[in-house]
Amino acid sequence: MNWYNIVFYLFALIVLVSAAGVVFSRKMMYAAFSLLFTFFGVAGLYVLLNADFIAVTQIMVYIGGILILIIFGVMLTSKFTDLEIKSGTTGTVQYVLAGISTIIVAAALIIMYLNVDWVQNPVPELESTVKPIGILLMTKYFLAFQVAAILLLLAFIGAAKIARRK
Amino acid sequence: MPEIIWTIIEASIKALAVVGGIQLMAALNVYLERKISAFAQNRIGPNRVGPFGTLQPFADVFKLFLKEDIVPKNADKFFHSLAPVLSLSIAIAVWAVIPFSSYVDIGDRRIYMGIAPDINVGLLFILAMTSVGVYGITLAGWSSNNKYSLLGGLRSSAQMISYELSMGLSLIGIVLITGSLSLNDIVNHQLAWDGWRWNIFLQPVGFVIFLITAFAETNRAPFDLPEAEPELVGGFNTEYSGMKFGMFFLAEYANMTTSSVLIVLFYLGGWALPVPAETLGLKDGSIALAAAHFLVFFIKVLMLLFFFIWVRWSIPRFRYDQLMNLGWKILLPISLLNVLLTALGVLYLK
Repeated sequence: MNWYNIVFYLFALIVLVSAAGVVFSRKMMYAAFSLLFTFFGVAGLYVLLNADFIAVTQIMVYIGGILILIIFGVMLTSKFTDLEIKSGTTGTVQYVLAGISTIIVAAALIIMYLNVDWVQNPVPELESTVKPIGILLMTKYFLAFQVAAILLLLAFIGAAKIARRK
Repeated sequence: MPEIIWTIIEASIKALAVVGGIQLMAALNVYLERKISAFAQNRIGPNRVGPFGTLQPFADVFKLFLKEDIVPKNADKFFHSLAPVLSLSIAIAVWAVIPFSSYVDIGDRRIYMGIAPDINVGLLFILAMTSVGVYGITLAGWSSNNKYSLLGGLRSSAQMISYELSMGLSLIGIVLITGSLSLNDIVNHQLAWDGWRWNIFLQPVGFVIFLITAFAETNRAPFDLPEAEPELVGGFNTEYSGMKFGMFFLAEYANMTTSSVLIVLFYLGGWALPVPAETLGLKDGSIALAAAHFLVFFIKVLMLLFFFIWVRWSIPRFRYDQLMNLGWKILLPISLLNVLLTALGVLYLK
């Protein structure tokens, strides 16, 4: 077992445990906060894949932006923070249906994992991971980049419009 | 021994030194703050513990250690304890990518002064960590189950989120000029012109914006609304006592040091010597040159720390709406314009 594997399994463990926390915790705030560790763990996995730009963007966008928004929402609706989350209707039919669909998804994933020919070539060492991304964004993916920017601007204006309506 | 072990040993030693250094700097900040505030208010300030009261911060810390740790009955115990730890650890985490001097060559190993200063997304990492810094304060405000704490926490997160934007945009000017996100490259770029190509001369508007947002991000006066005593008792840390309060305190002063260091690195030439190193007869990679670099760097940081404290004790606090107006209606458009002008300048002059 080399260093790489140890670190990988460490991050994988963080991601899995905290993701389980998101799903199983009964308090909204605990779930939102578990998500923080999930995002951090995923950022760590990106670093291991030599994608440090993506890792930092992950922290910036998901932890610094989206999760803060979620926590804000939970905090400001204080009636819900202490609310126990319970499923509405549970019964034999739901259990059976959920169980079957879970088994199907799990089986599909396992079959795919065993059959796909995973690329195992070592990634070429890049001097900088940022520069090529910037150049690609400004040339090959320019249109997508601009469209995303306009979409975000629209969302921004729309949010301001909704918030202002009184 | 394999290379990785050496790397780990090197990084651990540096990390220990940096964490120790941050705490010493925090102690120094506390002392300076008390002395300068006393000076500003025509008092004497601490002068009993140690010569000129220099040991006062250590006495303060021991006092905090010995105090009772009170947790409110209806507080969320887990988050209440976690919040100060989070605040402090994020304040320290930024230092992973901050260099504080040039390199030293020992044998055939080149040792950079900084835990991992040559990482090529350094600047983004710093911005990311600044945006994560909101969590500690927000959680502290929420978990205390106290309306003053909650208001303080909310104010602080709204303020930090608003000013983060202008901060990031003001740094884009530097990235455009330097063409790199690595902090080492940014400083090295400023070493040209005999060590005087400081970004403050190339980016004066960006500098002012970064300075203002740095004050806002550290929650220091005149932007200390999260802990505005007359309105909010103590703000987000109202319900904290003992060493948990001490950790918030330490995080605030660590953040102040970090901001000063970042301003020096980004705008004030980093460790650029006022005269070229050759005239001093110092070789690249020698310990003497690295020490000289560190000294210059440290003096600049101290001057900025003095500036931070000076501002706090001479300028009154903003009102909340003034704060938001300044952030969104003034700083953001100016920084956007600054990015545009810098981009045009880089396009046509380079």
